[in-house]
Amino acid sequence: MNLYGWIQLALYILVLLLLTKPVGLYLIRVLDAGGRTFLDPALRPVERLLYRLLGLDPKKEQDWKQYTLSLLAFSFAGLLFTYAILRLQHVLPLNPQGFGPVSPDLAFNTAASFATNTNWQNYAGEITLSYFSQMVGLVFHNFVSAAVGIAVAAALVRGIARPSAKTVGNFWVDLVRLNLYLLLPLSTVFALFLVSQGVVQNFKPYEKATLVEPSNLQAPKNDSAAQTIAQGPTASQAAIKMLGTNGGGFFNANASHPYENPTPLSNFIQMLLIFLIPSGLTYYLGRKVKNQRHGWAVWSAMAILFLAAVLVCWRAESYGNPRLHALGVDPADGNMEGKEVRFGVFNSALFAAITTDASCGAVNSMHDSFTPLGGMIPLFNIQLGEVVFGGVGSGLYGMLVFVVLAIFLTGLMVGRTPAYLGKKIESYDVKVSVLAVIILIFSILGFSAWASVSQWGLAGLNNAGPHGLSEILYAYSSSTGNNGSAFAGLNGNTFWSNITLGLAMLFGRFLMIVPIMALAGNLARKKLPPPSEASFPVSGPMFIIILIGTVLIVGALTFLPALALGPIVEHFLMTGSGILY
Amino acid sequence: MKIWLSELRHSVAAVLSLAVISCGIYPAAVWILAQGLFPAKANGSLVMRSGAILGSRLIGQGFAESKYFHPRPSAAGQGYDASSSGGRNLGPTSKKLVDAVRQCIADYRAENNLSPDTIVPADAVTASASGLDPHISLKNALLQTPRVARVRGLDEKAVRKLVETYTEGRDLGILGEPRVNVLMLNLALDGTLK
Repeated sequence: MNLYGWIQLALYILVLLLLTKPVGLYLIRVLDAGGRTFLDPALRPVERLLYRLLGLDPKKEQDWKQYTLSLLAFSFAGLLFTYAILRLQHVLPLNPQGFGPVSPDLAFNTAASFATNTNWQNYAGEITLSYFSQMVGLVFHNFVSAAVGIAVAAALVRGIARPSAKTVGNFWVDLVRLNLYLLLPLSTVFALFLVSQGVVQNFKPYEKATLVEPSNLQAPKNDSAAQTIAQGPTASQAAIKMLGTNGGGFFNANASHPYENPTPLSNFIQMLLIFLIPSGLTYYLGRKVKNQRHGWAVWSAMAILFLAAVLVCWRAESYGNPRLHALGVDPADGNMEGKEVRFGVFNSALFAAITTDASCGAVNSMHDSFTPLGGMIPLFNIQLGEVVFGGVGSGLYGMLVFVVLAIFLTGLMVGRTPAYLGKKIESYDVKVSVLAVIILIFSILGFSAWASVSQWGLAGLNNAGPHGLSEILYAYSSSTGNNGSAFAGLNGNTFWSNITLGLAMLFGRFLMIVPIMALAGNLARKKLPPPSEASFPVSGPMFIIILIGTVLIVGALTFLPALALGPIVEHFLMTGSGILY
Repeated sequence: MKIWLSELRHSVAAVLSLAVISCGIYPAAVWILAQGLFPAKANGSLVMRSGAILGSRLIGQGFAESKYFHPRPSAAGQGYDASSSGGRNLGPTSKKLVDAVRQCIADYRAENNLSPDTIVPADAVTASASGLDPHISLKNALLQTPRVARVRGLDEKAVRKLVETYTEGRDLGILGEPRVNVLMLNLALDGTLK
């Protein structure tokens, strides 16, 4: 844990803090159907054209049921769209390597994965998918699933802010405006920045390089004199994959691939892009509910949980693996297995914490090769519900569920009717909030338990012993939490894994969105009494501590037993025994 | 029923129209701008010599001969296969990992004439995440310098100077880690870069 690490950490948090307000203010304009932005002259006509194509009156709002129905119908249509493209990629254009069709179960898994903003990848991009499949089948969801997440968060915030309202916005308007005014312009700018760092953007067939040392024993398969270098339209995908907290890599190695994340500077910007919108959304929340201190309190709770995760992970990774130290590896270097030299231990640990605090799932190092405690941090982050800044939109609505629960619990303790910003929290609100939390728990632990006692589940493991259990637990946590990062040694491309992981992703996304929309609708219709001295404070240190406590208690109590059997026991085996698996 | 039909219509129209914008116009626009502004980088930062591609300055390449600096162990394909990136994905208590690292340490000490109790830089004996890591640490490069100088019959100081030339510092002075680009350094040693 050296000085350069501390400086980079401070710089990251400072830049994020400075960007929160401007992004929040911009989000307010984008999420208001009549809001004006500086891009209006160019994009307003496009927006109108889209409404005409959809046959839509943008001034008409929807109640929560209509909003949810539109969202589900659209997501399902998008899922079919991608499934069809993957199955038909051999007859579609832009396939210079001549890849065949994707198998039905893998195509289902991948379509579900991208439609749910998960981007779990049971395939290796550069040996499976054509440029068309990546650029159209996958990038489509990188944009729209991000917009869907933000739309749900916006609907929930409207529900909290509006007094006695029937409607929570119009899904189609939110979808169109988020894509046009927010995601597309930012992606274009950052894609070009990434190209300036060395990220490729072309449609060429893979390049063949003549090896400098042709006799090399490690030469690529089939050809001892040449190196085949995969190419493709990577930058346009890498920008939105970060900005939309999707995380699906163009290449198998994701953001550790030098063509996808070539420099420490590109790495810094990519990490910033993950938290950019989620952080801005907390400001949006504060402004919309007319309590900016509440927005900052939520931001602070997130920042504290974030810092804690980074520090533990960084500490564990810089300590390294004592088994390798015993062989003569320099302990000062930390754990470099599965990490890139240009990023080093600090930027790998920071990236791992960010990508799992958010529901991004891009990786610039291999979490499977982290030390047990270092690897437990990303796993635990996902299990907390990815509410630490979180996925675009999903982070905020997940955290607001915890806010509702925290207020309810505190209300019980002091024996007062709990109210959130003046709105009474009643039985219905608590029920749907708990439902949103419980679905995740059932999916993660249920599927993990099933896989860890079945033939197909164990067949995919790359590591035995407790680390194998961690691989399974990580897979179902990541898919249910719509994260998409992996303990990547696990081979999930088998029939049963594809199906169960695909279902976990769909459950984790849509079975969570429905209760949250119900919460939004129910809060919206409540009256807003004038604020009184007696209302529950939703800012200040006490609120922040209670909120963090609620997040940790729900996460820790639920998953600690499973973690004890995986990473925790592995840690003690690594430090206190000579056992190898 | 009516509402289902209207939702279906909205969905299909939205999928197709947004696909045209975000999967057609957007990547094409980025492609045109990238090819115009940064053509070399958009096309893979390739290193060319008289029309032939020698590699990419961003993508590592395998080297085993003693006259070259050696890169990190690689798990991409059979090693440095740039059409099949990936890590070893072995956990910290994996026997395969410990055995591989033990072997690697023995080889590293032997080829560089190091005593059996020399502490070895971690990057020299562990596989990278991408399997295509183009870099090694400066510490690692300096341990290999005497060997390369000896085999090539060069002055050690001259080789060390070359290593320093191909060492990249932290970005903006603070971001990331200092590192040595192995392919570029080896090409410079061969004199191919002139």
